[in-house]
Amino acid sequence: MTIRDAIPIILFLCVLTLAAVLLGGFMTMVFTGKRTFLTRIAGPTEKFLYRLFGVDKEDEMSWKTYTLSLVIFNAMGIVVLFVLQLTQGVLPFNPQRFGAVRWDTALNTAISFVTNTNWQAYGGEQTMSYFTQMVGITVQNFLSAAVGLAAVVALIRGFIRKSVKTIGNFWVDLTRAVLYVLLPLAIIWALVLASQGVVQTLSPATHVQTLEGREQIIAVGPVASQVAIKQLGTNGGGFFNANSAHPFESPTPLTDFMEVFALLLIPAALPFMLGGMLKKRRQGWAFFAAMMVLFLLGLTVTLWAEAQGSPILEKMGILHGANMEGKEARFGVVHSILFAQSTTATACGAVNSMHDSLMPLSGLVLLFNMAIGEVIFGGVGVGLVGMIIYAILTMFLAGLMIGRTPEFIGKKLEPYEMIMSVIAILSSAIVMLVLASLAIATRAGLAGLNNAGPHGLSEILYAYASTANNNGSAFAGLNANTPFYNLTTACAMLVGRFTTIIPALAIAGSLAKKKVVPISAGIFPTTNMLFVVMLVSVVIIVGALTFFPALTLGPLLEHLFVQVGKTF
Amino acid sequence: MKEKKLGLWQSKLIIQALQDSVRKLDPRIMIKNPVMFVVEIVSAITLGIAIDDLFTGGAFGFNAQISIWLWFTILFANFAEALAEGQGRAQAESLKKTRSEAVGKRLRADGGIETVSALVLRKGNVVVVEDGEPIPGDGEVIEGVALVDESAITGESAPVIREAGGDRSGVTGGTRVLSGKIKIRITANPGETFFDQMIDMVESAKRQKTPNEKALDILLIGLTATFLTVVVTLKFFAGYMMVSVSIPILVALLVCLMPTTIGGLLPAIGIAGMDRLLQHNFIAMSGRAVEAAGDVDVVLMDKTGTITLGNRMATEFLPADEVREKDFINAALLASLADETPEGRSIVVLAKEGLGVRGRDIRAPEGASFSPFSAETRMSGIDWDSRHIRKGAADAIKNFVMDQGGTMPEKVQQIVAAVSKEGSTPLVVAEDSTVLGVIRLKDVLKEGINERLAQIRRMGIKSVMITGDNPLTAATIAAEAGVGDFVAEAKPSVKLELIRKYQTDGHLVAMIGDGTNDAPALAQADVAVAMNAGTQAAREAANIVDLDSNPSKLLDIVEIGKQILITRGALTTFSVANDVAKYFAILPAIFATQYPLLRVLDIMHLASPQTAVLSAVIFNAIIIPLLIPLALRGVRYRPTTVSALLRRNLLIYGLGGLLVPFIGIKTLDLVIAALNLV
Repeated sequence: MTIRDAIPIILFLCVLTLAAVLLGGFMTMVFTGKRTFLTRIAGPTEKFLYRLFGVDKEDEMSWKTYTLSLVIFNAMGIVVLFVLQLTQGVLPFNPQRFGAVRWDTALNTAISFVTNTNWQAYGGEQTMSYFTQMVGITVQNFLSAAVGLAAVVALIRGFIRKSVKTIGNFWVDLTRAVLYVLLPLAIIWALVLASQGVVQTLSPATHVQTLEGREQIIAVGPVASQVAIKQLGTNGGGFFNANSAHPFESPTPLTDFMEVFALLLIPAALPFMLGGMLKKRRQGWAFFAAMMVLFLLGLTVTLWAEAQGSPILEKMGILHGANMEGKEARFGVVHSILFAQSTTATACGAVNSMHDSLMPLSGLVLLFNMAIGEVIFGGVGVGLVGMIIYAILTMFLAGLMIGRTPEFIGKKLEPYEMIMSVIAILSSAIVMLVLASLAIATRAGLAGLNNAGPHGLSEILYAYASTANNNGSAFAGLNANTPFYNLTTACAMLVGRFTTIIPALAIAGSLAKKKVVPISAGIFPTTNMLFVVMLVSVVIIVGALTFFPALTLGPLLEHLFVQVGKTF
Repeated sequence: MKEKKLGLWQSKLIIQALQDSVRKLDPRIMIKNPVMFVVEIVSAITLGIAIDDLFTGGAFGFNAQISIWLWFTILFANFAEALAEGQGRAQAESLKKTRSEAVGKRLRADGGIETVSALVLRKGNVVVVEDGEPIPGDGEVIEGVALVDESAITGESAPVIREAGGDRSGVTGGTRVLSGKIKIRITANPGETFFDQMIDMVESAKRQKTPNEKALDILLIGLTATFLTVVVTLKFFAGYMMVSVSIPILVALLVCLMPTTIGGLLPAIGIAGMDRLLQHNFIAMSGRAVEAAGDVDVVLMDKTGTITLGNRMATEFLPADEVREKDFINAALLASLADETPEGRSIVVLAKEGLGVRGRDIRAPEGASFSPFSAETRMSGIDWDSRHIRKGAADAIKNFVMDQGGTMPEKVQQIVAAVSKEGSTPLVVAEDSTVLGVIRLKDVLKEGINERLAQIRRMGIKSVMITGDNPLTAATIAAEAGVGDFVAEAKPSVKLELIRKYQTDGHLVAMIGDGTNDAPALAQADVAVAMNAGTQAAREAANIVDLDSNPSKLLDIVEIGKQILITRGALTTFSVANDVAKYFAILPAIFATQYPLLRVLDIMHLASPQTAVLSAVIFNAIIIPLLIPLALRGVRYRPTTVSALLRRNLLIYGLGGLLVPFIGIKTLDLVIAALNLV
């Protein structure tokens, strides 16, 4: 790691921040119903959709109606995607003639894509027809991201409104998220990616004769359109099993850059949308700063760990310097790590290197990024939701320590908000630990392991951290396409997603009903450095206290073993 | 204000608290405190294992010691709660003691009088109390006037006047009439008086948790559930890694991680807050009101009695042209001799000073007759022989001298205008047709009010002064005292409107009142403090009663409210920060035998796995009694900027909470190893 390596990262982050500020401003206009330059194009479609589904856009919903609409919408999504996979054999656009997907895999996949996790127990190019990929998976890539946006917009409204019962209209928020934000960005990205050589075709896989005279099957398909939204919507479910490490998903350094940029873009823009909607720009910057600090901390550790390289390989005289195992030579260490850090910090889960082959300490950071609940930028919408809930916890303690009954952005934090915040923050951690311990203690769970000792533990922890926090990336090394893993990870994904969104909407409903506490000298300003430091500390401390024992036995112990030359 | 503070460590209280802490082990009582209830369950499990070890030859010595310290953890927490309760109870009892044996003379329907025990007096009964008799219950004077000794409740030895009709009609049971005869309508049934309510608030069994306590409880239960999961799943992770962990060690880890410090002290903090209120001679109707006091950001205060001494005082004599100053002062003195109003007395004092005379050698001339102040003439004065001296408002005196054929000199009118403009009140003195001069009457600020108002400002609270004065006078006083805002020429209804307006904007408003016409505003205010001497209506509308009837004490309530919250926040932070060191003590103890590489975590270099676990458990237990004084006294609150306050508390309780257990556990480990306990 040299200064030369740091420059592109710094440049990247500066460009990202600039784009995030602009997109945040744009999304503020979209979700406050203002006219934008896209209104002329998307407006008629929007109106048509409302008429088609009988949505009255002025019809505001209570949090319960909002939640019910969201849950029913997602339940329908799961059913449709599940049925689609079971019947793909008789449906069109199936040049490879794939049969029905096994029921447990199909159920897992349906839940996975609807919850914006995109955990893939299957290999895309060997399992899913083009029809399933396009109509099922890509559609859910859009919709699950839009649901996340709707959730955060509703939560922010809870802070803005006073003494009312409603938090917006779910169908309107969903429609606007797709038409004004996700679709336009996805179109731009798909075109640029396709121009760089990402495949976009409906023809079947190509069979070619290799130089050795053997036949090779080269899988293709409507890739660019799916990859664009998989990154932008922090979905992460690749068209190919190898995900963004596959040359047809990311052929060039530019596409690699575009893809990392895309997966961070919306999550990073959301704090600025919050600032815009609240008309408190500094509050947006404070959230962004907290996320950025956590991001850079993780990035520093992983870059350092990889740059150290493996003492084992070094001793064997095979390799000096940075750890290249499991990385695409096209991208190198810095790009691979930037991607890995970004994909776990956001709930994306796309990969361009094999996380299983990272140094144990890097694996620890990636695990930690996910286990704290995907709040370092996080998933589209839900990342900021998680961070806001951490901020509620932070301000509960901070409020007490300045001698006031706690409040945040002008709203009093009372028992109801605390119940919901505690559920939102702790349930995914609890479900992750419980399911991981179930896997590690049962024959069915251990059957999936390819590695023993601490590395095996890390693989299982990673699987449940990834699913319970709706990331979806895999550590590899774990064969997860078994009924046991399909069902337990599906359970983790459902809990992870809905114990964040539903409590958040409940908080929104409760906050909207409250009066606004006016700003006075007696109130702690939640826009200064001290707030950022406290928020970052609370996130780290909650995570560290919850996962210290498990991480000690997994990646930390493995790290110590590697230092003395032992692997698993 | 006098504090009747009872010593924290009085032996009687301690013994009672020790007994109570064992009694509180009853699971039916423990379940009110979920965190400590979980500790009790796991302690019972450990005890069972230790007993089993005794017969099966397991690690009895070690497990028994763990178990013992876990039980001590609970006992210490119970002790803190019991001690706070005992303190409050003693405080309330000492206030209440005087009244139980009292008897009252109850007025029968036929007009006769019967003597009954105070305990049978009901609401609505009327009693007669005469010289030297105790007042049998809380009530309102409906007839007569009396000098009442309230030292039993306020500690103030000077007797006070209580009379029917005015804003000083409230009397409290247990006080004593020194002279006079009053009829009192009893306003509270036995067992429902202020004191009884207060005693309920310091008994944890009857006490309602405040919303803030509930919210904190939820957080603590959430943390407990998480750590329970962490510890149970650790058993499986460790099993996979070929490490076997005994149940007592897992329990030890669980209890160390759980927020037992704050969980154990939480009830005590709330009760102790009520105790402190009592020490300051406040009676709160709900814990919620006290915590709300910490949030107050607007305070309404009457000018008179709160910011200024009750009345205006003469500060200067300004003679008219061609009038000798001495003559003017003399006339002013004579005109005020019989004037018993505070203004009148202040004129006499200033005049004596001006004339250089002292004592009682000034007497009214023989045969003089006084003309008292009346609403029609708006003057008072003295007549003898053929001389008539009058003092009064400028226009009244002008009419007086013009009736006698005199005129108001230009110069005097200028003085009057100037004095008014400076915010003082001019009082003109005339003898027959001659105007002698102007007396300047000025509001005098209460001692220390500037400083208190500055403190209020530093707390981020806006003070609003309410006065019937004209805007000019009001502005002068406001500037002098340093209040944030004022409302002049206020009618009684203005307070209610003002409170509503502030509340609509989201502010939390506190006010102090005593009169019946304050009652609606008191009922509307978020924190409403009634003077104990105030009317029954005011006391019923309020949520806090000040036994001292001292309006400037509002700040004390705000401070106590803030202290309760700060103490909770500080100890929660401390409790959670402690966990880091405990992990570093216990995790290597569990794993390092199987995986010596993990000794890197043993940064404290503890003697052995057993001593490490035991010292963590002991530290976790004894930190509770060590923090009892802090929990009962409360973390000190100093008015400063919120960021500075937060930074300070984070440093002390966050960073301190991180570091202290490292030192504590290491020390305990040295001791345990030296004593060879395990």
